[in-house]
Amino acid sequence: MSTHAKTRIVGAPVPRKEGVDKLTGRACYIDDMGREGMLFGATVRSSIPRGLIRTIAFSPHIDWSEFTVVTAKDIPGENCIQLIVADQPCLADGKVNHCEEPILLIAHPDKHKLREAVSAVAIEYTPLQPVFSIEESERQDVIVWGDDNILKSFLLEKGDVDSAWSSAAHVVEREYRTGAQEHLYIENNGVIAEYSPKSGITVWGSLQCPYYVVKALRGVFGLPEEKVRVIQTETGGAFGGKEDYPSILACHASLLAMKCGHPIKMVYDRIEDLAATTKRHPSRIRHRTALDRNGKLLAMEIQLDTDGGAYATLSSTVLSRATLHSTGPYLCPNVRVRARSWATNLVPYGAFRGFGAPQAVFAMERHMDEIAAILGIDPVELRRRNFLHEGDTNATEQLMHEPVILDRLLDRALVESDYYGRRAQFNRENPSSTVKRGMGIAAFYHGSGFTGSGEVYLNSLAGIDVTPRGQVRVLVSNTEFGQGTNTILTQIAAEALGVDYGDVTMAAPDTGMVPNSGPTVASRTSMIVGRIVERAAVQLVALLRELAGLGASHTREEFFAACGRYRADHGKVESFCRYEAPPGISWDDQKYHGEAYGAYAWAVYVAQVAVDTVTYCAEVEDFWAVQEVGRVLHPVLAAGQIEGGIAQAIGYALYEKVVMKDGRMANNQMTNYIMPTAEDVPPIHVFFEQVPFRYGGFGAKGIGELPHDGPAPAIVNAIRDAIGVGFNFIPLLPEDLYAGLCHNQTVEEPAVQ
Amino acid sequence: MNANSKSKSDEGWPAIHLGVNGASRSIQVPPMKRLLDVLREDLHLTGTKEGCGEGECGSCSVRVNGELVNSCLVPVLQVEGADIQTVEGLSLDGKLHALQAAFLQQGGAQCGICTPGMLMAAAQLLENTPHPNLAEIREALAGNLCRCTGFMRIFESVVAAANTNAAPAEEPAVKATRHAR
Repeated sequence: MSTHAKTRIVGAPVPRKEGVDKLTGRACYIDDMGREGMLFGATVRSSIPRGLIRTIAFSPHIDWSEFTVVTAKDIPGENCIQLIVADQPCLADGKVNHCEEPILLIAHPDKHKLREAVSAVAIEYTPLQPVFSIEESERQDVIVWGDDNILKSFLLEKGDVDSAWSSAAHVVEREYRTGAQEHLYIENNGVIAEYSPKSGITVWGSLQCPYYVVKALRGVFGLPEEKVRVIQTETGGAFGGKEDYPSILACHASLLAMKCGHPIKMVYDRIEDLAATTKRHPSRIRHRTALDRNGKLLAMEIQLDTDGGAYATLSSTVLSRATLHSTGPYLCPNVRVRARSWATNLVPYGAFRGFGAPQAVFAMERHMDEIAAILGIDPVELRRRNFLHEGDTNATEQLMHEPVILDRLLDRALVESDYYGRRAQFNRENPSSTVKRGMGIAAFYHGSGFTGSGEVYLNSLAGIDVTPRGQVRVLVSNTEFGQGTNTILTQIAAEALGVDYGDVTMAAPDTGMVPNSGPTVASRTSMIVGRIVERAAVQLVALLRELAGLGASHTREEFFAACGRYRADHGKVESFCRYEAPPGISWDDQKYHGEAYGAYAWAVYVAQVAVDTVTYCAEVEDFWAVQEVGRVLHPVLAAGQIEGGIAQAIGYALYEKVVMKDGRMANNQMTNYIMPTAEDVPPIHVFFEQVPFRYGGFGAKGIGELPHDGPAPAIVNAIRDAIGVGFNFIPLLPEDLYAGLCHNQTVEEPAVQ
Repeated sequence: MNANSKSKSDEGWPAIHLGVNGASRSIQVPPMKRLLDVLREDLHLTGTKEGCGEGECGSCSVRVNGELVNSCLVPVLQVEGADIQTVEGLSLDGKLHALQAAFLQQGGAQCGICTPGMLMAAAQLLENTPHPNLAEIREALAGNLCRCTGFMRIFESVVAAANTNAAPAEEPAVKATRHAR
């Protein structure tokens, strides 16, 4: 109804809802809180990657009577973290499957006594042979999970791949790899838990998905839903890293709270958070591609493998999104994607912004430049010849029935970046300079919301109410962790109700108060939850018109007067709606066929990179991001999402390396895990083309994950343009550039003349 | 209740005197206790955050005698007699500091956890260099890590604050922004 309508609040740069609290230091994060009588908890973890626990000894130098100690035997319900597959214990019982696996929990009133006590617990193991890589796992000599080490596999097929090779003018085959990446939210994971037999468990915490934590707590404690309450506190960054991990930490703190009868605070320090919590899945992706002589795609065969770590956690859904994004925004009649996630004895990998898509897009967009080089076609032109258009079908044979404006995005990216002008300039300057510059491009899309039937299964419920004091509240379980949930959902509600932005607030993200509107993941908040909130608001206005005499058009004063009349006659002023799928959505989860996502956000990114051939440093000097994310609900927040995602992805490409040694993260400090600083991030130029999506909140599609997908391949493509060496892996550190340049004495020509 | 209650045994330590946000304070804590913990636990100023505990992220930045320091690296005995400014001392009389107003308008804060430290680093810069260029801003903020914004909007916020009058801005028309309880 409203996607094209002129709006007062949606689209305006209103102040961030919780902004003043964050700017004055008043915002209350988990470590800023306490409870009366609170003790502090800590975790005793596995020091080996795989083995049987033989003995656990408590050093006599510690007065253990001061401590509360919890083991797996103290778990009243199931010793398992409920997520997708029930394979991950809450506390290791008899065996360990990765380093840092939690085994024991201890609590003490003085947090400074915990560290010594943790190291005074001596655990003896019978080691078993561990598996540390995709290659070791796929050999299946050592089985560490299930029957075959395969956490999940998918097969996606379109057309007839096998008959395409013989008629192809070109077949291009390459392998690409991406590394693990740490979220590095500046606030570490932390919770406070409280238990009483009467009211059950209450958990406050830094987290994304309060109802996920409820589900995990119910399983571990065997409690009904009404005895478990989870409250999100102000959350200092998440990026997927607080999607599933807080469930584990909440169970740990609650076990200690139940045993000692005191509230328990557990807040990790940076070293523990880096060593023990999730990271982005490493990947190995092989592309074999058939093309005709004009560079049109004939067939794509993709083998996509990820390292899932020791337990299944979210590896299946990450693999799903990787599979569905592996063919890029291109038209190809014949496709086969075989995808597998492999178990290893590493800390389980998890959700991280993009959720499999950055890995898949890196491979696809690097591959396009490799193809362009081999065929002698301009990489821009190669992409343009293969772009999806409205009316085409993608790899899952989803019909693109919404507008697809990739050509417009590409044209704008070329103009804004002066792509050809700069390339010509660098071609002139590079031969006489030790600093070689290049331009790289990436085109990609990102599906908004849960995959396939996921949103239907979630069946999200969201609402709005109006308090007797005249405050409108948005009732959702979706959380704010910097991306702007509070602001955009209150904008949407205020706009649709015809009241002021200041009239609307968010109800506390407390499962005792708000309905389950689904997790805050998958770029679903604006499009999916925003739409439900918009519908609930429209429904409330209709109700007030029907039953409380609200006129056909109204002022905010008339709205609140009508709420007062309605309350006097009917009671509570509230309105709830459930998710409704857009028409024509059908998805076959077995064949991986159909409408994979309700909508796609589209983008073309351009990177300018300088490679210093003396120091072997690569630096992103300038960056242009052109995207279509539906309607932009808030111009400042939207640009902030894009810029922040690009900065993280620059780190993914050039700086951030998770160094593993014998199954443990060796660089688990900010001193040696290096993210981009204020001096490393280039100017980032952000442009939106707006095509409102009629089934998204006021026309919005997802935005949060998109910007992490494209920068890494654009940067590595720019390095290829600069020095003529195509690197097929990230992170690409100076030592890698050095090795690549030394081993490529026969430097290939840059992709385009 | 206070975030991380102080130990009962602190009374025996000699008093340390310091000025915090313009007020004289006296505390009895172990002399090697981190300034960060003294601010958060003993003085209940939880606006200053811990991100890494090793001086890399800058979230705990405060100003000591007009110098920017990582309060996680400073034992409290080192600041005996010093004047300390934390984020709580930026906004006085209920009015936002020009930097806070600019961060609010320009989108300089997202998750907010690096924001107090970032504001202190920016305040330090503007005091010494009232009209910094972009390179000076980048250098001044290089010790403060932000994982959300990509820094662009933080730079713009600092430029905007530098361009406003020295007088503190009015608190904008967003009232209590806490969640309705």
